Amino acid sequence: MSSKEEVDREILLPGDAVEEKDFKPGRGMFKEDEKIYASRLGVKRVRSGYVNVAAQSGRYEPQEGEKVIGTVTDINSSFWMVDVNAPNLAVLHVNDVPWMVDYGDTASYIEVGDALLIKITSVDEQNKMQVTMDSEGLKKLSNGQIIEIPPSQVPRVIGRGGSMISMLKKYTDCKIFVGQNGRIWIDGDLEGQYLAAKAIKMIEENAQAVGLTDLVKEFLEKNTEGF
Amino acid sequence: MASNEDIELLKDGERLDGRSFDELRDINIEAGILKRADGSAYIEWGKNKVMAAVYGPREMHPRHAQETTKAVVRARYNMAAFSVPDRKRPGPDRRSIEISKLVSEALEKVVFTEKYPRSVIDVFIEVLQASAGTRCAGLTVASVALADAGIPMSDMVAGCASGKIEDQVVLDLGKNEDNYGQADVPIGYIPRTEELCLLQMDGNLTIEEYEKAMELSIDACEEIYELQRGALKEKYSTDLDEDEIEELKEGVE
Amino acid sequence: MKEILSNITKDYLYRLLKEGKRIDGRDLIEYRDLEIESDWATSAEGSARVRLGDTDVIVGVKMEVGEPFPDTPDKGVLTTAAELIPMASPEYESGPPGEDATELARVVDRGIRESGAVDTKELCIEEGEKAWVIFIDIHVLDFDGNLFDAAGIGAMTALLDADVPASDFDDAEEDEDYLLPIEHIVVPTTFTKIKDQIILDSQLEEEKIADARLTVSFNEEDEIVAMQKGLRGVFKYEETMDCVQKAKDIGREMREKVLDEVDRENI
Repeated sequence: MSSKEEVDREILLPGDAVEEKDFKPGRGMFKEDEKIYASRLGVKRVRSGYVNVAAQSGRYEPQEGEKVIGTVTDINSSFWMVDVNAPNLAVLHVNDVPWMVDYGDTASYIEVGDALLIKITSVDEQNKMQVTMDSEGLKKLSNGQIIEIPPSQVPRVIGRGGSMISMLKKYTDCKIFVGQNGRIWIDGDLEGQYLAAKAIKMIEENAQAVGLTDLVKEFLEKNTEGF
Repeated sequence: MASNEDIELLKDGERLDGRSFDELRDINIEAGILKRADGSAYIEWGKNKVMAAVYGPREMHPRHAQETTKAVVRARYNMAAFSVPDRKRPGPDRRSIEISKLVSEALEKVVFTEKYPRSVIDVFIEVLQASAGTRCAGLTVASVALADAGIPMSDMVAGCASGKIEDQVVLDLGKNEDNYGQADVPIGYIPRTEELCLLQMDGNLTIEEYEKAMELSIDACEEIYELQRGALKEKYSTDLDEDEIEELKEGVE
Repeated sequence: MKEILSNITKDYLYRLLKEGKRIDGRDLIEYRDLEIESDWATSAEGSARVRLGDTDVIVGVKMEVGEPFPDTPDKGVLTTAAELIPMASPEYESGPPGEDATELARVVDRGIRESGAVDTKELCIEEGEKAWVIFIDIHVLDFDGNLFDAAGIGAMTALLDADVPASDFDDAEEDEDYLLPIEHIVVPTTFTKIKDQIILDSQLEEEKIADARLTVSFNEEDEIVAMQKGLRGVFKYEETMDCVQKAKDIGREMREKVLDEVDRENI
């Protein structure tokens, strides 16, 4: 193992000081008495003047502009409450859906339990979140299924330059969308969906394995005959 | 602290379980053992078996308990009915309510609560087998569960007790030492800043004995801290190839 | 807080079942991996930790000398309690046992008590005055479905593991501890009905779309000793017959696993 790798996969724990004195504290870091410390568990990443922690666990932390998959938990006269796997529920207002919804008529468009592909439009200081469904590619999901992985593993399922996700789509003939919140929508015929879900489960369980891409490819090739 | 002259705690100047005065019982910590919880950990400390689970940050219910500028850290210390010699009736008693409060306060000190207004971070500590020192074991294992849950913290908290038996100050009281000793001082310690976030004492100590007890406990907390870190490192250590490291890097952006 | 499974995922789960498939790759009538560890908590007179897939349960048995019930003055007392502690699921809350915990405790209790699994007559110390009281406490650590079987298997194992702590009690008849007298080995087998499909050992997502549940407990003589239908859905008589037949065979396997773990033959 080269020294570069050793450095690259350095695990930081809360309270760990880092050497990089001339850098700024980025995500998951804090500064105290001119020293930079990690505030959460994760892998150290140094870039563009910042030291960051790439979280390895924890709930989804919503960022403006990110696309996520949510489940509707409650309906009001002029908005829906949506669970996006974050600490707080998100608000989807009637003005942010692609239909003209009359006051009090929300339930006839979106019901509790409906899955939505939405975008985070704002997160305020109170952690109150607004989402929209009124933009290209956003919609109510009426077919397929949703599976959930830890948000920290989203990059693994997508793969470098989208390599993993392309491979999954190709072998299973499914539409797959990976929400930044760790929820993944899979749509296709039943066999394809079943296979895709199994492959993603495999990625989740082996997220730290060497040669994961080859492992998944082998699995998909072996199982394309269906049930 | 019911001192009892009839119970022998030292024999020929040695502790009955063979430990030296400054020696901890065996401690093993494991991180990430439960599926449903956002973070979890398990500790075996002597004969103590204690588990901790963290849920959150999540929306605080009841709503009136929400804080508009920060998250609330809410620890719940609970003993299983079968964890003690005489069956414990399920549900909170005065002792567990007090411990829950102190542990909540101790942990809140290290959690960056301001990141999660209106939320609660629930910490459930379950004592499955009790043998003296469960609050310190609980505090220790809860810190590991919080880190496992990805909760932002300024440090982890380590807990440990020292006490006095037969006029001798010793570290980490065992069951009989706790029941029949002369004093017990449990602490929660934040190693990075060298601060105490939990401190209780009962029994009687001279100032010199208090000093000695704290010295033993603080050294032990440093040792326990390394065990906490070891448990987390073990769970999260990886063997990634270069491509995979690149993927992780891309994920940071 | 109640967790909501999306409607499309519910549909998908059912469509899979119709093809004879489950989300975790099991057959419809197939158990998850079962791990039984007896004598897990030495603070208890008997104990067992049971892991059924990701469901994780500890059962402890405690005993003390008390009074027999007036209507059974010549018998010891057996009582079962369950705690669905908030550690085990985001949907569980602190507080006294709710109706789910109570049903769980009662189903486990019935399987053991009514079946005569424990020889309670042996546990009477002085008729009408003194008898052993046995507490079975079910502590759920991680909830991923099918608590009934995990708790039932755990309770049976913990009882088989239990010593009567006679040496600790001055008013006990004997001076030395002895194994708790067990007459029968009883294990529950639980089926879940989702629309027209019946599956064994449901996991969490499957329970979220469950219409009905049927628990059948068998003893080692292949007799049915307890049953419980739960949830709002219904079964046809033929369906229950089918479950009973299957539970008989599965029960045999489970009893074998329990006995392997406790290494005890004198029942």
